[in-house]
Amino acid sequence: MIEENLIAGFGGQGVLSLGKLMAQAAMEQNLCATWLPSYGPEMRGGTANCVVCFSDDEIGAPVAANYDAVVVMNQPSLEKFESAVKPGGTLLINSSIISVRAKRSDIDVFYIDANDLAESVAGNAKAANVIALGALHAVRPRLETSAIEAALKTAFEYKGQKVIDMNIRALHAGMEAMQDTEPNQPQATAARAR
Amino acid sequence: MQAKRRLVKGNEAIALGAVAGGCDAFFGYPITPQNEVPEILSSEMPRHGRVFLQAESEVASINMVYGAAAAGLRAMTSSSSPGISLMMEGMSYIAGAELPCLVVNVMRGGPGLGSIAASQADYFQAVKGGGHGDYRCIVLAPWNVEEMYAFPGIAFDMADRYRNPAMILADGVLGQMMEPACIPSEPPAASHPEKPWAANGRNGRSHKNVANSLVIDPHELRDHNRKLQAKYQQMQAECKWDTRLADDAEIIVVAYGITARIAFSACKLARKRGIKAGLFRPITLYPFPAKPLLETAANAKSLLVVELSSGQMVEDVRLTINGKQPVAFYGEMGGVIPSPAEVCERIVEAAQ
Repeated sequence: MIEENLIAGFGGQGVLSLGKLMAQAAMEQNLCATWLPSYGPEMRGGTANCVVCFSDDEIGAPVAANYDAVVVMNQPSLEKFESAVKPGGTLLINSSIISVRAKRSDIDVFYIDANDLAESVAGNAKAANVIALGALHAVRPRLETSAIEAALKTAFEYKGQKVIDMNIRALHAGMEAMQDTEPNQPQATAARAR
Repeated sequence: MQAKRRLVKGNEAIALGAVAGGCDAFFGYPITPQNEVPEILSSEMPRHGRVFLQAESEVASINMVYGAAAAGLRAMTSSSSPGISLMMEGMSYIAGAELPCLVVNVMRGGPGLGSIAASQADYFQAVKGGGHGDYRCIVLAPWNVEEMYAFPGIAFDMADRYRNPAMILADGVLGQMMEPACIPSEPPAASHPEKPWAANGRNGRSHKNVANSLVIDPHELRDHNRKLQAKYQQMQAECKWDTRLADDAEIIVVAYGITARIAFSACKLARKRGIKAGLFRPITLYPFPAKPLLETAANAKSLLVVELSSGQMVEDVRLTINGKQPVAFYGEMGGVIPSPAEVCERIVEAAQ
């Protein structure tokens, strides 16, 4: 088994952190994992993305041409990376700030109001990345929930228990928002849940 | 004590590996994509009572390494392609003066200022000398974060053993990526070999120790060169390599560093399509593992060399194979990284 993921958005949306959380969670459950950020002459507000691979076997390339799961947190990322989802793969769209819909019909597309849900659950849109992580986990459960929680603990340990708890709430809110959601539904479940 | 596994960035691993490997002094000048190396060493080195100095240029950095190495310290610098070019004169002097040191090159796209994306276009510069004169560097090519951590210590040991500069040849992807690795929170106590040749004061000796690369008399310089060449011959026994899926392989893919990982994935894809592909990965690029490659490829029908360059290591592979089997080449330049699927297509082509 190898799972190749791409996370993309604006710099500052926590896309690199989201990817690190996935890699950390994979490590927590003793999988091999790689995390590779896009790096370049990036600027604040510019685009950022990272590739996360995890596998129960030694990982070769930390990059791929196509991905099992793609998370897009902003519209330029949707335009750039919709084509990079493997046929039958998963595309998660942050519908809080992406108003258009995906065009492809050979993939499972899910919509999550990540920013709005983060505001209501965590009181802070910064948690949108963890909402997205929960949403992806719900529709494509490739990691263990306990491993993701352990990753959140590791990542936010230096900020204290309150922040850890807030992020675990955000993770579960993202998961619950996608519960029983069929792919390719126009209405974001998160919006209804709110 | 078993170190806890954690996610570590390649550049961070090099920095911590240098500390663990007993680096006494680091001199460097910033350049992307290796900046985490000096960033981390700027706090780690003083914390362990060692020297960290940001020099005014790459030329200054390598000459500070020259001085510290002459005094018997484990000295290193780290840079990326354009910065390494600036260091070539100093490297030649260090090789000529027979001093051990470590130079890390986290390669980026060239020529010139090029790009900051990953590349392997500095292979010739690293393994064929790079600076002027008949000299060689020991060159190690890691392919994952654990090797980025382990190789500085190995490189320092080899450099000391042969009194010769060593280089770690990595690339932007290896520098920037994270993987789980076990790195002790405190570095182990590194043992430094005796350096009776060090120019570190008379210390009661009857003679002066002098570090020098100037040998004016041609016959003396010839003898000095012969000594260097004999040393390079002796190094051949220390070549290192690795293989994956190579035992029954009909096509051997030769690649190093990040490209070896892509090639490994491509070999797995090729096997799904019924092509028995295997990977041969040189770990020491100098000394090049020629004999192990010959042995690994003995039963293969053909070879494919994959590099992030226009074709540099392929020359060493062709010299080694010496016409016994066809050696195909696939390279991407300027920082473009091929996907495993693209490399797989080349394997399929080369296998026909």
